[in-house]
Amino acid sequence: MQIRSPEFKENARTALKEEGLQRALGKLRAGFPEKRAIAVERMPEFHDLRDEARDLKNHILENLDIYLEQFESKVQESGGHVHWARTGDDANKIILDICKQVNAKTVTKGKSMVSEETNLNEYLEANGIQPVETDLGEYILQLREDHPSHIIAPAIHLNLSDVSEIFHEKHGKPKSDDPAVLMQEAREELRNKFVAADVGITGANFLVAETGSTIIVTNEGNGDLTQTLPKTHIVITSIEKVVPTLEDMTLFLRLLARSATGQEFTVYNTLSTGPRREGDADGPENFHVVLVDNGRSEMVGSEFHEMLRCIRCSACMNHCPVYGSVGGHAYGWVYPGPMGSVLTPKMIGIEKAGNLPNASTFCGKCEEVCPVRIPLPKLMRHWRNNEFEKHLSPKAVRWGLAGWGFFAKRPTLYRQLSTASNWFMRTLGGKKGRVKSLPMASGWTDFRDLPTPTDKTFMQQWNDKKEGKQ
Amino acid sequence: MSTTNTPVQVGLFVTCLVDMFRPTIGFATVKLLEQAGCTVEVPEQQTCCGQPAFNSGDRETTRDIAKQTIQAFDGYQYVVGPSGSCIGMLHYYADLFDDNDPWKARAEDLKARAFEITSFLVDVMKFDEVLATLEQQFDQKVTYHDSCSGLRQLGVKVQPRKLLDKVAGTELAEMTEAETCCGFGGTFCVKYPDISNRMVSNKTDFADETGAQTLLGGDLGCLMNIAGKLKREGKPLETRHVVEVLAGMTDTPAIAEAVYDLGKQA
Repeated sequence: MQIRSPEFKENARTALKEEGLQRALGKLRAGFPEKRAIAVERMPEFHDLRDEARDLKNHILENLDIYLEQFESKVQESGGHVHWARTGDDANKIILDICKQVNAKTVTKGKSMVSEETNLNEYLEANGIQPVETDLGEYILQLREDHPSHIIAPAIHLNLSDVSEIFHEKHGKPKSDDPAVLMQEAREELRNKFVAADVGITGANFLVAETGSTIIVTNEGNGDLTQTLPKTHIVITSIEKVVPTLEDMTLFLRLLARSATGQEFTVYNTLSTGPRREGDADGPENFHVVLVDNGRSEMVGSEFHEMLRCIRCSACMNHCPVYGSVGGHAYGWVYPGPMGSVLTPKMIGIEKAGNLPNASTFCGKCEEVCPVRIPLPKLMRHWRNNEFEKHLSPKAVRWGLAGWGFFAKRPTLYRQLSTASNWFMRTLGGKKGRVKSLPMASGWTDFRDLPTPTDKTFMQQWNDKKEGKQ
Repeated sequence: MSTTNTPVQVGLFVTCLVDMFRPTIGFATVKLLEQAGCTVEVPEQQTCCGQPAFNSGDRETTRDIAKQTIQAFDGYQYVVGPSGSCIGMLHYYADLFDDNDPWKARAEDLKARAFEITSFLVDVMKFDEVLATLEQQFDQKVTYHDSCSGLRQLGVKVQPRKLLDKVAGTELAEMTEAETCCGFGGTFCVKYPDISNRMVSNKTDFADETGAQTLLGGDLGCLMNIAGKLKREGKPLETRHVVEVLAGMTDTPAIAEAVYDLGKQA
């Protein structure tokens, strides 16, 4: 998708004024957090499992090469193929090649954020292959030529009327505002696509090293049809998704569902291990796994290492007051919210994504709910350090900071400055105790009054008292 | 602690906002500490905790300020301040230095001694029991905003409530999303004013819904943000730092309120 992260501020301003979006975000704010809280409440060992998951992920990342190679050899043993893609473009080329080998005309797709990262749909279309999204949210977005605004609820920015509108336009059937009718329409449309597809492409939530299995979790079952009906199944996923054993996988599944939707378990948990074996009732004839790096291996051992623990549950964005205010599209690229504010600068460059790690109050809610305890505010702060060191921060910020720092490091001068500022503010506010407009602080006074002091500084008064001047 | 005869020696970290905008909070803090049996000094060499630099990626300036603050509070048994955010910053100092840097140990030492006021009063001084005997009175329905750093970094949640519980006449009405950020975020509120505005508007709506007369909190930055918005919206709630109520220093006008009632004067 087109990168719009540099325009974050404008995107946010527009988003705040979009009534439909704000209505949709209102539902999200109330929905996901409450459901998660109930699920967590019902599981006393939840926070212990988070510790376990964090430690296990750390162990995996320290041995990433070993587990990935084990995964590769197990996939090969079961008759599948593993392809290594350093970049998104590499991944797209590999997938196109496979599609060409089987003369594919159409492919069905399960939801995959990695394929959003690589722009796979646009690439396939440009090369004469029609991708069809089968996750309901993704399907709606594809009809609208829109992009996901959330990593597990891609169409969360839309309302029922938007869906009704686009279905009427594209399916040519009478308009309906009944979700059940719309759902049935989508099922009918998609059923034929599932049967006709030459290739099915899915993502993966986890890769199991001991068995060479990939797993996807969905609530719609579209992933099952995408990967079992076509002759060829391609999994596009990223290298940090590997876990050692099936048992380990279940630990993450328990955390994932509860953190994401508040479910105890996702409805469909579908494992794929190689192509169809003799005697299997169904399954693809060819099985490919494309392992995408796209900057991840550079993160190993770096200050952003801990970000690789992410299991893409979306709890951070569901609880983020900034995401809840502006929605996912404002962030301007694939991954929104706190996790996106750490990942996006790595993938598209801090020069373009500088606003993202800055647009946080560091309230810490994201870290509080993260199932693998990623210190997201700390990682966002690393980007701010990085930006400052590269002299990318806006001049006003740098100069303001330098001026303030000069005084803050000199207590005597600082005291004189705070005394003068206090006097200035006090004079300005007078007996009203506040000002309504202050040009040098318009960011503040455009939206709220500025409280002003009504007395001398604490330090002045304290010293006066000490000296008995009272 | 409070039962020993030697007074507990506290260095007050005033915080720059309290120093400049609302000294009452500083004096209320001193009063409470003294009531709890502490002697209070205010080291001259303190300025700001360094958050503006820390959160803007300027690590060098942050380290310089950290060293200055560590030195200023050398030798005090405890360092107490009326802000979870600024005291939280003091707790971050240790992360600024390498393991082999001697400043690291000094920063760790400061961290162990530095407390947010309500948590110090309750967790260290067990002052809630003492407060009950002081017959403090505040006849109002109040609501409490939990500021982020205090809540999530320092675990300040029950402490102010335990203390308020000991003030006669005060009824606490919890608001929806009391733990959600108010949108202040230091420089955030001026760098992303539109988003900040949405966040503080949610906060003032939730606060207003409770029917409380006063909103209380433990961080002046957040309180100025909320008070400024309440005033702009014309909502009747007043805003105060919790220590003002605990110390019985509510005769001064609330945050962003006029020194005298302008309506009556006219």
